[in-house]
Amino acid sequence: MWDGEAAGAALPVVLEGFGITLLATVLGFAVAAVLGLALAVVERAGPRWVAVPLRGAAGFVRSTPLLVQLFAAWVLVPKLDALALGVLVLGVHYATYLSEVYRTGIDAVPRGQWEACTALSLPRRRVWRAVVLPQAVRNVLPPLGNYAVSLFKETPLLSVITVHEMVHEANAFGSTHFAYLESFTLAGAVFLLASWPTSLLVRRLEARLAH
Amino acid sequence: MPTEDPAVRFERVTKRYGDHTVLDALDLEVGRGERVTLIGPSGSGKTTILRLLMTLERVTDGVIHVDGEPYSHMPGRKPGTLVPASERRLAERRRRIGMVFQQFNLFPHMSVLENVVEAPVHVLGESREEAERTARDLLDLVGLGDKVDARPTRLSGGQQQRVAIARALAMRPGILLLDEVTSALDPELVAEVLDVLRDVARGTDITLLCVTHEMGFARDVSDRILMFDRGRVVESGPASELLESPAHERTRAFLGTVR
Amino acid sequence: MADLAFDPAGHPFESVGHAPASTGLAPASAAYAPGSAGAVPGAGDSLAGSAGFLTELRGALPRLADGLLVTVEATALGAALALLLAYVLGLSSRSARLPVRGGARLVVEFLRGTSLYVQLFWLFFALPMLGFRLEPLACGVLALGLNFGAYGAEVVRGAVAAVPRAQTEAGIALSMGPALRLRRVVLPQAHALMVAPFKNLLVQLLKATPLLSLVTVPDITFQIDQVRSATGSTAASYLLLLGIYGGTAALLGLLMNALERAAKARLGQEGGV
Repeated sequence: MWDGEAAGAALPVVLEGFGITLLATVLGFAVAAVLGLALAVVERAGPRWVAVPLRGAAGFVRSTPLLVQLFAAWVLVPKLDALALGVLVLGVHYATYLSEVYRTGIDAVPRGQWEACTALSLPRRRVWRAVVLPQAVRNVLPPLGNYAVSLFKETPLLSVITVHEMVHEANAFGSTHFAYLESFTLAGAVFLLASWPTSLLVRRLEARLAH
Repeated sequence: MPTEDPAVRFERVTKRYGDHTVLDALDLEVGRGERVTLIGPSGSGKTTILRLLMTLERVTDGVIHVDGEPYSHMPGRKPGTLVPASERRLAERRRRIGMVFQQFNLFPHMSVLENVVEAPVHVLGESREEAERTARDLLDLVGLGDKVDARPTRLSGGQQQRVAIARALAMRPGILLLDEVTSALDPELVAEVLDVLRDVARGTDITLLCVTHEMGFARDVSDRILMFDRGRVVESGPASELLESPAHERTRAFLGTVR
Repeated sequence: MADLAFDPAGHPFESVGHAPASTGLAPASAAYAPGSAGAVPGAGDSLAGSAGFLTELRGALPRLADGLLVTVEATALGAALALLLAYVLGLSSRSARLPVRGGARLVVEFLRGTSLYVQLFWLFFALPMLGFRLEPLACGVLALGLNFGAYGAEVVRGAVAAVPRAQTEAGIALSMGPALRLRRVVLPQAHALMVAPFKNLLVQLLKATPLLSLVTVPDITFQIDQVRSATGSTAASYLLLLGIYGGTAALLGLLMNALERAAKARLGQEGGV
């Protein structure tokens, strides 16, 4: 049954892993946020011969498992550090989700905004940077937040390419001390404690933006 | 059941939403088979009366009686007291009443016939053949005998509203509530709906309570018209009398805006 | 049990040695590390695959078929459990009774908040310590069902809430009781709104099934990895695997699109009467 002593010993180990988990989340989401935006803009404004294949590739990445992508990247790009590689794969995978989110945001910017820019003869780059994207991104902040929470909960996958994030550490502790119950329960609790308040925050943001 | 009881009696009924009082200690009686039209500016509480009767809202204070029995309330534990009716109690009572809504509220996933048959079969326990026979008769009555298999979304607003009338009548209600049934219709579709309702009024002894801005229709079908303002009845009288020579200043002002 | 060992590019937990022997998770031998000498040649192999890869692939076809079947089975069973849970939790979260509503909300937040990976490993590693041992596939199906069921509950709740209040009022005016209204009026309309989000969840669930290979379930990822370690054709193996998942996801998408069209046609929104 539950062993308080083992749990006490597991906690610092799990928390140390949580540091890596957070790092992977922040970096992975940063990659996804930037790359996703680039994808969305190119798909909307880029030439067709770039946009169409790019959409296809993004669709393929989106519909195949992150785990297999990690395996593939791990053996195909052997020179890269595990954490860096994990962050990149995670970032690219989520970029394909986020580009869809940005796209709905861009589509939701009223036609009149574009027409006003034309009437003012604003250069194309300026239209995107100063008018369209600020409005588009603001409207999709809640779904972006939801994807950040979702990415956070997928970071344990990085353990398959030897990144020592939280679940990896929980598993290691569990096997050496034969205390899986304590270590995995703690890891689950940390996930819950971190993701629930964030979800609530996102919901508040959603409610505020709805007005 | 003593027949001299009015079909509907409101006894000091108050309805408040937060600080906003919609009905203020309203007393109101509608006799059996009587046709009563409620008129007045929007927000004056007319629709709330219908919604309270249909149990879509609960009274804040006061008691509603239908056919002489407390409708919004039921006997409490202490003899002689009344407590707000439970959902179960309300469910067994609302069968006496039918309602036609401003926005029709037909079920979009059912055909016209299924819309009409649904409640008789599943609520009254009628056999499907019996219910369908009644439904076809009613749809003939409202002039839609050829649309039985159509989807509501394929019909015009006027046709949808006529289906909604047939659907309400299929439950054989003693009291029919009409809540601004032509307000959502294009002007050229209003007549077909009102004609059907005139037929219903003429051919049955149903008690009618309607909220409308169609004064011609109100004159044709109503025995009595009640003028509402700010949750109170300001004037009441026979249709022709009230419309021809309104006694109250507010009624005159209101009739001026709708004519 | 050594032949059951799942040894992808580095065992998931290779650095910690092995799980309790009874779990069937064999020690990861020859863990892959970049540049290490081992059975895995690494990135240099040709994409087209050598003749050896194709021969091995042909010989492994029956096992690949078995693996695909396991993947489909895990997806179908996980989705069925998730669907059931989604309805129970989703409808309970709209209950008028606070304990029912509150309980459902708590369960949903718990299942969503604790990460599918932790749930799966907890069921596989921790639950036996409490005296309950489940088959690996059962662990996988249960974890998938619980986790996606919680996300599905939000879909059900949202869809039911999106059916106009006027529809319920029409039901009340016809004296229909709450259960009858839900069954005959609200749910048929809510279903049309659920199909698209359920499609996304189903594809997500399919994409989560390779996780089961980490707890020794012999799914398609597991089987192709066997081919990979036998031939050393890493790139070809993983490309094939990605292709299989992409293809299956596309098929699922087509299936769900047909369902969505049917549901919308029933509401008279698209297509004929």
